[in-house]
Amino acid sequence: MKPFDYSRLDSPDALSPLGAGKFLAGGTNLIDLMKHEIETPDALVDVTRAGMKEISQQPDGSIRIGSQITNTDLAANSDVRQNYPVLSEALLWGATQQLRNKATTGGNFLQRTRCQYFYDTARACNKRDPGSGCDAMKGLNRFHAILGASSSCIAVHPSDMAVAMAALDAEVLTRKVDGVERRIPASELHRLPGDAPERDHVLENGELIMAVDLPASPPRLQSYRKIRDRSSYAFAVVSAAVALDLDDGRMSNVRIALGGVAHKPWRASRAETALEGQMPSREMFLKAMKEEMSEAQGHGHNDFKIDLLPRVVAGVLRDLTAPERNGDRT
Amino acid sequence: MNEMTNKIIGTPLDRVDGPAKVTGQATYTADYRPTGKTAEGFIVEAAAAPGKIRKIDTQAAEASDGVIAVLTHHNAPKQNPYGTPEEAGRFTQSHAMLESDHVRHVGDPVALVIAETLEQARHAAKLVRVEVETSEGTFDQFAADVEIAKPDSLDGADEVDTSTGDFEKEFAASDVTVEASYFTGAQHSAAMEPHATVAEWDGDELTVHMAIQIVAPGLKAFANTLGIEADKVRILSPFVGGGFGSKLGVHNDAILAALGAKVTGRPVRVVQTRRNVFSNAPHRSKHRQDLKIGADASGKLKAISHDSLAAMARNYPFAEAPASPTRASYFAPAIKTTHRVVEADIPRVDSMRAPGEAIGTLTFETAIDEIAEQCGIDPVEFRLQNDADRDPNSGAPLADRRLSECIREGAKKFGWDGRVTPGRRREGNKLIGRGMASAIRPNFLVPAEAEVVLSANGQLRVRLDMTDIGTGTYTILTQVAAETLAIPVDQITVELGDSHFPASSGSGGSFGAASCGSAVFDACGKLSKLLQQRLSGKGIAANAISVEGDRVRAGGNDYALADLVDDGALTVKGAVDPSEFDHGEEEYSYGALFSEVEVDVDSGEIRVRRLLGAFDAGRILNEKTARSQLMGGMIFGIGGALLEESTMDTRYGSFMNRDFAEYHIAVNRDVPELEVHMLEGFSEKSNPLGSKGIGELGICGTGPAIANAIYEATGCRVRKFPIHMEDLLQHLPQG
Ligand SMILES: Cc1cc2nc3c(=O)[nH]c(=O)nc-3n(C[C@H](O)[C@H](O)[C@H](O)COP(=O)(O)OP(=O)(O)OC[C@H]3O[C@@H](n4cnc5c(N)ncnc54)[C@H](O)[C@@H]3O)c2cc1C
Ligand code: SF4
Repeated sequence: MKPFDYSRLDSPDALSPLGAGKFLAGGTNLIDLMKHEIETPDALVDVTRAGMKEISQQPDGSIRIGSQITNTDLAANSDVRQNYPVLSEALLWGATQQLRNKATTGGNFLQRTRCQYFYDTARACNKRDPGSGCDAMKGLNRFHAILGASSSCIAVHPSDMAVAMAALDAEVLTRKVDGVERRIPASELHRLPGDAPERDHVLENGELIMAVDLPASPPRLQSYRKIRDRSSYAFAVVSAAVALDLDDGRMSNVRIALGGVAHKPWRASRAETALEGQMPSREMFLKAMKEEMSEAQGHGHNDFKIDLLPRVVAGVLRDLTAPERNGDRT
Repeated sequence: MNEMTNKIIGTPLDRVDGPAKVTGQATYTADYRPTGKTAEGFIVEAAAAPGKIRKIDTQAAEASDGVIAVLTHHNAPKQNPYGTPEEAGRFTQSHAMLESDHVRHVGDPVALVIAETLEQARHAAKLVRVEVETSEGTFDQFAADVEIAKPDSLDGADEVDTSTGDFEKEFAASDVTVEASYFTGAQHSAAMEPHATVAEWDGDELTVHMAIQIVAPGLKAFANTLGIEADKVRILSPFVGGGFGSKLGVHNDAILAALGAKVTGRPVRVVQTRRNVFSNAPHRSKHRQDLKIGADASGKLKAISHDSLAAMARNYPFAEAPASPTRASYFAPAIKTTHRVVEADIPRVDSMRAPGEAIGTLTFETAIDEIAEQCGIDPVEFRLQNDADRDPNSGAPLADRRLSECIREGAKKFGWDGRVTPGRRREGNKLIGRGMASAIRPNFLVPAEAEVVLSANGQLRVRLDMTDIGTGTYTILTQVAAETLAIPVDQITVELGDSHFPASSGSGGSFGAASCGSAVFDACGKLSKLLQQRLSGKGIAANAISVEGDRVRAGGNDYALADLVDDGALTVKGAVDPSEFDHGEEEYSYGALFSEVEVDVDSGEIRVRRLLGAFDAGRILNEKTARSQLMGGMIFGIGGALLEESTMDTRYGSFMNRDFAEYHIAVNRDVPELEVHMLEGFSEKSNPLGSKGIGELGICGTGPAIANAIYEATGCRVRKFPIHMEDLLQHLPQG
């Protein structure tokens, strides 16, 4: 680990360009990366004692989640469990209890890819070392992207939480070093790699995530499905967060976000449009996903995701719209 | 004699070292704090190989905070050449490190940075600049242009090739045949405790605290590497956090620590990082196994051939024997087996968890399932009807062959209801399948010595250089001593892992309990006899004695121990000599594994729902630790079938999934309720205790029982392990 300065932020108001450094929250990702010297910040700014630790209902019915809320507390929150179960499920499918106890909402969003070449400083990786090449492209890429990748990077974003946030149309509240605050839709927080894969997201240097807002009145039917090789403590091969309503048996407010397929949580807007207003049926689900996948591209080891993903999404939709499940809800 | 002491072997005595372990009192190597101020060593790994170091720049590292020394091939102490003397074998040969500019494989140490703190050493290690001029390497034994060779020898001294009967003729005359290639992936032992060493020199004497399974050969490895006498070396390894074969010998951290301590004149600790372990400790090679099996229409096996192709690390002579179980599982008039290797520029390949059987039964028992299916015979029935009444390969008689008993017992306990058409057992969106397989593992007895010291106060010390790698050795040796001398457990202290104690088998090959238990049994028996003699000398008739407190009981009376021991203590040595148990019969432990799996119809995700094993390992020495060993083995079996694989980027010869987030060991949630049934037995031909090897038995057969269940669930026969969802995806019905 490269030696670094350490300071503590007492409140978001104390943010200043002078104190700029890398934010340290739970440290479950950042510290690992620093040990390997994949991240080599000169200074750390510890934000765990800067407040931002509340979950509160806003006047418009939305829920505001402070960025220092741990994954455990967020998953256990009764409002979240009741009205945003897809988020609670996604969190609980992630990592392990110990990690969730430390991991924060802000840190979870900004955790970095698990691409094995990114982690191995002996190998070429444009994300870690811009311009060095991408060893995953023709290497071991079973976990890599099939949507929205570029010729410079095919990594995926590993978060489960962020996928559910994208499906719920959550908004991320930030504050920049100059004190200006902004709201960023969760599905637009992360970038596609393009020719600058070293940039995971759209935040500026020193821009602090303060909170996340979950809009009021989310769709009533929600589910998170994570496909993985072992039944706990494994990143998603692919995942799907789905939320929708049934209106006279027809699907409405359909929202589908996909994990493990792109450099960001992937809103399947083509599939959503195709399903909106339709009666649920397997043919319909698969047709919608076919449209979504029309530009999907495998890189060898991950080709199977192109077949896997429609099956998984169709399965989630099948279970969510099954009459026996929704007898009293439609 | 008290009843408890009399029958204590076999009882589920709690681990005697348990309280020390759960309260942090058990000192594992990395926890050890020498009196001198310890310096910390950090390994700098080669990024590319094979090749030569063209340039190595240590200036920045040396100037970095806290750095004491940076060792490279330029300044490392002189050692004997790697791999010498050749005839010594891999456990005692020189393991020279940083000896030249030659880089063997990716991850090979090219420098050791020694600093005041671990953090300083680790950061400085990043500042070492190394340029390697690479030459063309071999990383993949399945590549087209490799050189395939017959190894000089196989693990366990098994024959490299065997042939009985006329395979070609019998195979051609078979009514039903199976012919396929099977692939198993590379794996790492992935013990919880990474390889670690603390080395200290006192003049020309070297003391190493280290995590090692077999102590005595380790002394010679240090001697042969450093050019010193073995009696100048002392190894201490009182607690080992799992070995699984990867700590049988001396590895890179150990030699580097010894070199570092020599150069700095301070104790040096080198603890491999988790990523280090994947290239600085040994692993299991990936294998291709070609199987051909022929049977007649009634399901009698006629011909079996099994050809294995492994990778062997260049200049490190080890080849696993996956075709070995095939030679002993079922009778067939013709059985032919071969093992071939390709020398590759990869980290060391060595024994890992049931070498041979773990991956040999995985493929062979899958193929047996296939041929049973083709014959239209239930897999349980098929195995029973092909059981052997003599060694299928050598024709030698078999000692205590109980395979069929295990199969019958397992089938009964599991509620085996016969094979159904694949896909028929469906519950909602889950395809359910059941499968089974046989387990077989050779039983070994290895020379071992032990020393027991009885003090006048009644305290008994049991000493040998055996290790407890988490298996329960401290506990079972306590039980053997307690029962043999008829002395209460709380008067016994077992002391292990010190090379100053008598040489034993060490832990490996599932031979530790039998070998060391027998030596302790012998020592305690002799001690008991000696006490009897001394009593007789005093005119006291003593046919049976027991010790309680500081008194010896005999014939209804008791006598002060102080009057029977000289100088306050009585020391007796015991041993086991395996040649006394050479009876020409082949010995194995046996088992039968049954599993039920579910496959998700949408994703192909596989989860094990039930796992049951019925085993014969002779006499059980401790019901609890034996069960734990078998359960652990079965869990490794789940890993072998579904999870564990070290994936290599064969462009570079670099393992890529070098941590526990990426190298998947089964987690709790992957493990269903495991049922373990142990047949009662006493294997009198094996050793004085009547026990047989148990540690690795549970692994054997578990993987194929799962694979065969996946077949019944999906109708898809996957011949590549671990089996992943994508292998099944194309074969699943629509959800
Ligand atoms: C073995 C393992 C398994 C895991 N499995 C999963 C899994 O299955 N699914 C999953 O989703 N995740 C998984 N994780 C990842 C885990 O969820 C993340 O490590 C965690 O959420 C990060 O949160 P943190 O608070 O510890 O962030 P930190 O490590 O402290 O920070 C991560 C990044 O976020 C930045 N940051 C933190 N807080 C803020 C803020 N308020 N504003 C701006 N920037 C900020 C930091 O500067 C840093 O760049 C796993 C992690 C490990 C180690
Ligand atoms: S996929 Fe992205 S993260 Fe992975 S090696 Fe390529 S550039 Fe690096």
